[in-house]
Amino acid sequence: MNDRIDKLRTESFEAQPTISIERALLETSFYKENSGKHSLPVLRAMCFLHLCTYKTIHIGEGELLVGERGPRPKVVPTFPELTCHSAEDLRILNTRAMASYRVADADIRRYEEEVIPYWQGRSMRDRIFSSIPSEWCIAYEAGLFTEFMEQRAPGHTALDGTIYTMGMVDFKARIADRIRRLDFNNDPAASDKAEQLRAMAITCDAAIVFASRHADLAETMAAAEKDALRQEELRRIAAICRRVPAEKPRTMHEALQMYWFVHLGTITELNGWDAMTPGHIDQHLLPFYEKDLADGILDREKAKELISCLWIKVNNHTAPPKVGVTAKESGTYNDFTQINLGGLNTAGADACNEVSYICLEVSDELHLLQPQPSVHISCKTPDRFLKAATKVIRKGYGYPSVFNTDAVVMEQVRVGKSVEDAREGGTSGCIETGAFGKEAYILTGYLNVPKILEVTLNNGVDQLTGKMVTIATGDPATFKNFDELYQAFIRQLEYVVDLKIRVNNYIERMYAKYSPAPFLSVVIHDCIEKGRDYYDGGPRYNTNYIQCCGIGTTTDSLSAIKTHVFDGGTVSMDALLSALKNNFQGAEALRLRLWNKTPFFGNDDDRADAIMQKIYESLFTAIDGKPNTKGTIYHLNMLSTTCHVYFGKMLGASANGRFACLPESDGTSPSHGADRNGPTAVIKSLSKMDQLKSGGTLLNQRFLPSVLTTDQDLDKLAGLIRTYFTLGGHHIQFNVVDTKTLRTAQEHPDEYRNLLVRVAGYSDYFVDLDREHQEEIISRTEQELA
Amino acid sequence: MKPLAANIFAIKRYALHDGPNIRTTIFFKGCPLACWWCHNPEGIDFHSKVLFLAEKCVGCGECVGHCPEKALGLTSKGVFRDDDKCTSCATCVQICPALAHEATGRSMSIAEIITEIKKELPFFDQSGGGITCSGGEPLSQPESLLALLQACGKLGIHRAVDTSGFAPVETLLEVARHCELFLYDVKHMDSPTHERFTGVANDLILANLKALGDDGHAIRVRIPLIVGVNDDGKNIHATGAFIADCKGVQGIDILPYHPSAIAKYRKLGEIYKGASLTVPTKAHLAGVAEILKKYVVDVNIGG
Repeated sequence: MNDRIDKLRTESFEAQPTISIERALLETSFYKENSGKHSLPVLRAMCFLHLCTYKTIHIGEGELLVGERGPRPKVVPTFPELTCHSAEDLRILNTRAMASYRVADADIRRYEEEVIPYWQGRSMRDRIFSSIPSEWCIAYEAGLFTEFMEQRAPGHTALDGTIYTMGMVDFKARIADRIRRLDFNNDPAASDKAEQLRAMAITCDAAIVFASRHADLAETMAAAEKDALRQEELRRIAAICRRVPAEKPRTMHEALQMYWFVHLGTITELNGWDAMTPGHIDQHLLPFYEKDLADGILDREKAKELISCLWIKVNNHTAPPKVGVTAKESGTYNDFTQINLGGLNTAGADACNEVSYICLEVSDELHLLQPQPSVHISCKTPDRFLKAATKVIRKGYGYPSVFNTDAVVMEQVRVGKSVEDAREGGTSGCIETGAFGKEAYILTGYLNVPKILEVTLNNGVDQLTGKMVTIATGDPATFKNFDELYQAFIRQLEYVVDLKIRVNNYIERMYAKYSPAPFLSVVIHDCIEKGRDYYDGGPRYNTNYIQCCGIGTTTDSLSAIKTHVFDGGTVSMDALLSALKNNFQGAEALRLRLWNKTPFFGNDDDRADAIMQKIYESLFTAIDGKPNTKGTIYHLNMLSTTCHVYFGKMLGASANGRFACLPESDGTSPSHGADRNGPTAVIKSLSKMDQLKSGGTLLNQRFLPSVLTTDQDLDKLAGLIRTYFTLGGHHIQFNVVDTKTLRTAQEHPDEYRNLLVRVAGYSDYFVDLDREHQEEIISRTEQELA
Repeated sequence: MKPLAANIFAIKRYALHDGPNIRTTIFFKGCPLACWWCHNPEGIDFHSKVLFLAEKCVGCGECVGHCPEKALGLTSKGVFRDDDKCTSCATCVQICPALAHEATGRSMSIAEIITEIKKELPFFDQSGGGITCSGGEPLSQPESLLALLQACGKLGIHRAVDTSGFAPVETLLEVARHCELFLYDVKHMDSPTHERFTGVANDLILANLKALGDDGHAIRVRIPLIVGVNDDGKNIHATGAFIADCKGVQGIDILPYHPSAIAKYRKLGEIYKGASLTVPTKAHLAGVAEILKKYVVDVNIGG
């Protein structure tokens, strides 16, 4: 990386996340003045225009791409119209140990005086909670599920290539054409559509205003700049900001700035989950890269520098601060912009190109928190691309994550998308599948599946609090066989899912009516043609996902009950339930029997894997096909992000031998320490899950750096990945761990039982080694690092 | 008729360092050699026994009641085993919730082993990997080894045999007809030194290596490099020269000595003669590799 990038990277890395109340103040004064004067879409659009016109703008020293959501890098606005932080929330954010945000005392006072009084009772969160049924609140507080939309707007959006072929002026023309074609005589929705379309046109102007202000600032700065080179750069920046986003980009520099303005617009308008994602940026940039090379205005190094600038811009944008349960389950600065590399083009050919490799290199060199790249591997992807990805994987950043393009396409075709749109699609956030630029695929919240088993075993009562939190499905001591228990589990599952969906659908309408996103609607097909908002069924495809957590913990717990209570009869249901209630106090032998003598998921053991399949099918039946409010349906997603830690805290001791309040299994990974037969056995177990019926699964694997030293090691890793994908896997990612983790592994060996280490001429499990041997490995690892 | 069985002490999936690509390694129990540096000491004894790992025992006493030989007892200090009564039936291994009883090996039918191997077929197919029969010394259980190799052959699985070479030449050549690759250890060129550190002379081993090459089989020679035992220039030159003279050798893997097995010896209650040996430095390994490259083109450090 060159000096410019090094400097920008360091600044971005070191800046402390800080809260700015500017957006809240601008918005509050705008609403005080204008609320009630316009339709809601137009009000939202004018508010966006107001923000774009008056917010503080910033061009940093040495920057080539410009624009920040806040007044400076890593300064985060609040969105009081969605969630109005209390003064107490702001103070906690300022002082808490993890993921804190600086907030000035004067700002807190001003927030108390000007912002909070207006939004109290008016924010989406206040309005949603004021009309939610009590049974939902009881289940929510017990940790049976989370709700994504209670404080951030629905998001997880990615773009296709449209913005590289159309500027805002072209979008406005398309909008005007659509308004002309409205049929006020025969279409009862025509007036609503007209308002929505008018709002979209206003946001196009807002984006142009925002860019023009940057052009003005760049020109002013150029006039005062002593350094001739920088002066020239500032003039170029000004020219680019005059061009995009009004007109379509012509060069790679313009294309990147175009994307960045659109990205900023969508995350300024609202704070949608997972920010914004450019989609297949390597494919989008390729024509500009090739043309610029041919024109002699760019070389590979310069392209790399520009892409680095975009990466740093993304890293500057810390996630908006959360509150309450959402802060507990997602306490990260990461806002989850995911960069998809490789994959297929819409015609179905391999799409890896030189820009894909440049993007990988940039991610490797910058190794920042954001954005996180993923590589998309189809059966057509060349091995050299996968190999290049494994070389970054072994650096131990935890990325790139690896996706199976062929599965991602089939998942989408299964639910009715065209094959071309499916290929243009990919994954955003963590592992969520969607048709980029054409779909609202909304994550609605996580489902705590092990907790559903827990309430089943307690006849609807929360094991931790003793409160009735769901419905009565029978005293488990009266269940004569495993099937009776399982039927009760299904009834509890259906109750909880239906409760969640009932409230999701209500919140969904709230967003459609009161919090439209007209700017986002401009750039997502077919919102303009339908004259409908992104949140109101405007996109070509509309999907709701419920993300199911803890299938490993649930499978292992049911397997333990089946093995020891019903099949073996060696443990009575009463004895088991009392041990669980007492968190295994005085029952260590029983706990160890459950933990060591039960077939567990992740070992390629059909006894456990068949239970996993049964649970997966039940989840699918409970969720897939349930109607949302947009005329489409819910689908299943198998993802936990970091929620398995929060859900684990809300979960008593479980029948797989897990102590109360420890994390449950993550994503679709086996329970921590349950997989004892190596990564190939894990992959075989996972392959028994019919993953194509989901909107994504997540598999974490942990390796030591010394297992990935030679070229042959990387080939074997690539072989592992290819095999998983041949067997229908959706996603896999690797942690390549360091000494610190090994130290923790020594303290908590049960959670690290799947950690592979190179011993001598073979690899073995770290925790199966004795202390001295572990020490020896640790010293060896350090030597290798040195 | 009792189905043909092998005495096995481990099956490892995703074994990264026992031959090319993704492999499953089957460890045959029992070895006629007893090398000082052996890192699989549980594989030396031909007979399986049951070990008791006191640090894992939670004192529940369940094993005591279930032991058919009444060989186990429980005191305030924990479980004790009467070795005279124990028949290594491994009932306690099945029973113990804490995994405090551990068998050093078990008899598995060829069908059982094949079931385990077949689980990895997708990985073999994708990567070009297969199985490696190791040990112990797999050639010491020739009937079972041949049956296993033949069964894998029918399934089209790539087969490697990791051997000390200490077996009757007829056995070796018969096995060679049913595998694609040998990983063949050469430990020392001087027979008395070889005998001192491994327990057997090297004449049969060296003659067998030649015979294997003459018979047209593919071989990778593996040299466990032990400082002060076989790492001197004279021995390395002699080793290189001998190997260069053998047909069929595709390359050499240098396996640097590692003291990792010390815990296994302690668990077995045995003395680790190799505990005092030192680990070769990177520079030393590179020097040895340089010498060997004078004789054989493909020299690799590590398995």
